[in-house]
Amino acid sequence: MNLSDMMNIGLMQGFAGLSLFAVLLLMGLGLAIIFGQMGVINMAHGEFMTIGAYSIYLAARVTESLTPAFMPYYFPIAIGLAFVFAFIVGWIVEWVLIRHLYKRPLDTLLATWGVSLGLQQIFRTFIGPKEVSPTLPEWLMGSWTPHEGLDIPINGLFVLMLTALVTGGVLVALHKSRWGLRVRATVANRTMANATGIDTMKTDRLTFAIGCGIAGMAGAAFTTIGSTGPTSGSLYIVDAFLVVTFGGAASLLGTVVSAFGIAQTQSISEFFMTGSMAKVLTLSLIVLILMIRPQGLFAVKVRR
Amino acid sequence: MSRDSDTSLDALALRRRRLLQGAAALPVMGLSGLSFGQSQFPTAKVNTTKLAVTDTEVTVGQLHSSSGTMAISETGSIQAEQLAIDQINAMGGILGRKIKVIKEDGASDWPTFAEKSKKLLVNDHCAAVFGCWTSASRKAVLPVFEKENGLLYYPTFYEGLEQSKNVIYTGQEATQQIIWGLDWGAKEKKAKTFFLVGSDYIWPRTSMKIARKHIENFQKGSVKGEEYYPLGHTNFNSLINKIKVAKPDCIFAAVVGGSNVAFYKQLKAAGITGDKQFLLTLAVTEDEMTGVGGENFAGFYSSMKYFQSLDNANNKKFVEAFKGKYGKDAVIGDVTQAGYLGPWLWKAAVEKAGSFDVDKVVAGSPGIELKTAPEGYVKLDANHHLWSKARIGQGQLDGTFKVVAESSELIKPDPFPKGYQ
Repeated sequence: MNLSDMMNIGLMQGFAGLSLFAVLLLMGLGLAIIFGQMGVINMAHGEFMTIGAYSIYLAARVTESLTPAFMPYYFPIAIGLAFVFAFIVGWIVEWVLIRHLYKRPLDTLLATWGVSLGLQQIFRTFIGPKEVSPTLPEWLMGSWTPHEGLDIPINGLFVLMLTALVTGGVLVALHKSRWGLRVRATVANRTMANATGIDTMKTDRLTFAIGCGIAGMAGAAFTTIGSTGPTSGSLYIVDAFLVVTFGGAASLLGTVVSAFGIAQTQSISEFFMTGSMAKVLTLSLIVLILMIRPQGLFAVKVRR
Repeated sequence: MSRDSDTSLDALALRRRRLLQGAAALPVMGLSGLSFGQSQFPTAKVNTTKLAVTDTEVTVGQLHSSSGTMAISETGSIQAEQLAIDQINAMGGILGRKIKVIKEDGASDWPTFAEKSKKLLVNDHCAAVFGCWTSASRKAVLPVFEKENGLLYYPTFYEGLEQSKNVIYTGQEATQQIIWGLDWGAKEKKAKTFFLVGSDYIWPRTSMKIARKHIENFQKGSVKGEEYYPLGHTNFNSLINKIKVAKPDCIFAAVVGGSNVAFYKQLKAAGITGDKQFLLTLAVTEDEMTGVGGENFAGFYSSMKYFQSLDNANNKKFVEAFKGKYGKDAVIGDVTQAGYLGPWLWKAAVEKAGSFDVDKVVAGSPGIELKTAPEGYVKLDANHHLWSKARIGQGQLDGTFKVVAESSELIKPDPFPKGYQ
């Protein structure tokens, strides 16, 4: 093993941590908005990701059978579709269920858990119990090889870019748009926001749906890495909650930092010990830090 | 007209009706090839242990996960067992009795498996049970089957190191899959150094233990790394970098289920493809391939006893019947085929024993031959495992497997190989 090999491995390992960071951040972002801004514990977050993943799968199937020539380009449009589908389902769920429960935040946990079980059964019945994965465009699957021995996965680069776009978009929207202003006002003081003429009901519904839509996009990005089955959501949800809780609810910056911390710890330790042990180490560290700082890395002081 | 002639007319009609019934039964008996009619086998004689067997019906159980994480894998076995039972029923059943199936869902949860197996044996008095998939579920139901003297047909390839009077293993054990596969790799691909990777539970860990012993003690090769990842793990980038550092001749994999998709996609993205690196897996069948995609697995190898592309008359008929029943997109993996063998082996053993009694069926089982098995001729050994051929399939771009190697003879099953425990 010579010096340039070691440098290559170092670079690839660094990128592995970076792409895991992107995945974790994308997973946690939608949850952070809903949990952090609205106080709703959304146990169905994983299923909204699954909706996004299935959207990509269905889009791939339809494109394949109707216009095979369009296959290299369908993916970006399908990500948009994933957002739209998850957004619509989120909107409906908020309208039917969540809005009746804002005064009882703990019950949202039970209600959304029910939603998650229901959605899983719907996936199983209408799409099938087998895990599926869409046919991805050829350009997304290879690796970028700047020089011999250094392979940077293109799907990793893609997820990284998507995460940067979505996170940037959310931050800008939250701090520069009318919607963001209403959300921040509602979080800060709901009664006062109502008194100033903000329709907090509408704000809540939009916020919930946007959180779900982002989950859908995360699920869509996830199809470049793994497969999708009816119960995939329960795989995602643990990591998503881990990121949000560790970062400190209500703080998007906390979500970013915590995703970065978890990903790097996991990725670096994985290289020096076995995969299962790396997971144990990462989880133990999180537990330890949460014992010292129960509110997470970043806590936002909010007057309720 | 007197009453007498009336009765004689009735008697004539009755006799004619009996004659017709007999004639209707003839083609059924002819179809089965053997003249097993229930009239020859009164229930009291073929069933002395109070099993759920009547003059016209015999009840069996089917115990698989149709929900939970294992549903993905076990669906194929459920379908294949049902297909075999339907075909047997269409031929007139067993000893003239139609098979009735009671389906139970183990829900991917081992205590549930144990509970449902008890229900099938104690409440339903099933004459046989077809089921289980993971080693964990098998280990959970084993004490129940032994205590209640039930009969289980278990369809999955597995790590071996087990044998029970109450279980018939229709999949292959370690010597027929792991050791034969490694030997093929050493001989054909000149593999000397290996990197072992698997999901973190009993089957991959035991399989890799056997593989390591074989590599180090029998092949005089070396193991450059051994790694396990939690079930459902999707991030293998660090592992791939480790493999790149170790530069093994062979990546030997037992990653299962959905993790496979992530594993092979990331291998390809990191520049490890079949052209550059030799990879042999124990856990990718046509079922997993639908998720992984041919473009990601092309060029890699899988060690199995059955592939859907096997070219023989039995298999053509089987594939046609399976797709006829479950749609043209249905695929058949190794375990699905092994599931299909269960009901047929049971039928042959019952007919040989002339009884449904578990002890008699078990006594009659060794030496049972199936000439109609899709994988080709198989026979059941006294140790309750099948003699079968081992095969290596190479993944193709279109998602099928090309059979590139096949053992010349049937391999004698050896669940307790010497020097591996």
